[in-house]
Amino acid sequence: MIAIVDYGVGNLFSLKSSFLAVGADAVVTRDAETLRSADKIVLPGVGAFGDAAKKLRDSGLAQVVKEEAKKGKPLLGICLGMQMLLEKSYEYGEHEGLGLIPGAIRPICETIPEGYKIPHIGWNALHFPAQKHPVFQNVKEGDHVYFVHSFHGTDCADFTAATTEYGGILTAAVAKDNVIGCQFHPEKSGPVGLSILKAFCNL
Amino acid sequence: MITKRIIPCLDVKNGRVVKGVNFLGLADVSSPVSLAKYYSDNGADELVFYDITASAEGRALFTDILCQVASTIFIPLTVGGGINTLEDFDRVLKCGADKVSVNSGAIRNPSLIGEAAKRYGDQCVVLSADVKRVDGVFRVFAKGGRENTGMEAIEWIKRGVDAGAGEVVVNSIDTDGVKNGFDIEMLQQVCNAVSVPVIASGGAGGIDHFTQLFRAIPTIDAGLAASIFHFGEVAISDLKNELYKQGIPVRR
Repeated sequence: MIAIVDYGVGNLFSLKSSFLAVGADAVVTRDAETLRSADKIVLPGVGAFGDAAKKLRDSGLAQVVKEEAKKGKPLLGICLGMQMLLEKSYEYGEHEGLGLIPGAIRPICETIPEGYKIPHIGWNALHFPAQKHPVFQNVKEGDHVYFVHSFHGTDCADFTAATTEYGGILTAAVAKDNVIGCQFHPEKSGPVGLSILKAFCNL
Repeated sequence: MITKRIIPCLDVKNGRVVKGVNFLGLADVSSPVSLAKYYSDNGADELVFYDITASAEGRALFTDILCQVASTIFIPLTVGGGINTLEDFDRVLKCGADKVSVNSGAIRNPSLIGEAAKRYGDQCVVLSADVKRVDGVFRVFAKGGRENTGMEAIEWIKRGVDAGAGEVVVNSIDTDGVKNGFDIEMLQQVCNAVSVPVIASGGAGGIDHFTQLFRAIPTIDAGLAASIFHFGEVAISDLKNELYKQGIPVRR
């Protein structure tokens, strides 16, 4: 069973539907026991980092997610959920992340030249390092996925699982063993996105 | 490189797609769910659902259909029509919409954009503007293009973006339905004025018009159309192949 963590940010309807579409048994939950008994955990997120991180901590689920990931349970962070896997974010201040993957979230505009629209919204191509993480096994170099973000992962080069180009190189995905994060939205990325979710379910 | 988006728009009234469609191989051509799936499977980068219902029953039906559509397709979904309050945002977002487009509702109550952006994020709020030349000046029209608000369009759009709109759809009333090409002059001015994605709407009659659009305005992000897709005059796959051949980045 796939547990999608519901800590009060955003609507998880499409995310659940997309897991059901790839044949997974997915539940949206805010119950610690359900997270502990799940085979895999998905950490979604939209909005501002500071708010979301606080809600996740206040719900008591941050600790559970962290413990389960440290035990080796597959964890997939999506969009802001991916950002929270890192140590820190500098989105309007300085905020603590879960620290499961080294690195920090910084504004895209610090990476790319002026003149590019921010947020980075739309379909962009994925580029992979020589060693591809198994969740991307069915994704080809240059396949397109859907992004919506103004911040991205930095100082995480050793754990960058995919990049995309937008005036500069942006972090599109991170991975460290059983912990994976996608800056883009696999649940909004058509067949390519669904193949990533399916591969995650099969980990 | 980020790709140019191709976006079909579906007008829905009382739970059915209006203006008809003309596809072969679709059992129910006015079912929003089967059409949405068709477009999603055939290369659309995003879908816009526009609720043109006036009654409460129609609205409830729309909301219902929306939930079905959102659980069927796995590309971004924008919803517009009848969005006047934060409760309307909430209603369609709960059904699985990713973005909400505001038009007349923002004209009546301009603070709606800022309030929605604050609650749901800029990326969620799309400002849709119906614009027409009146004595050589771009004016914003309300109520489906029937009423001249007297507001200067570029100023209005800038104001909306400053308030938090994360994208802008510009529908030129002058070129809409004429099928003679997008309104390059108007769209260029909007692109020069704002730094968020701009979506062109109104005037597409064939593949060449999209090529012209993306050539003439390299900073435009997307082209939206309805009838040419619904009537099968332009297949999205053909359109994208041609754009690709012309060196315009698209997702194929």
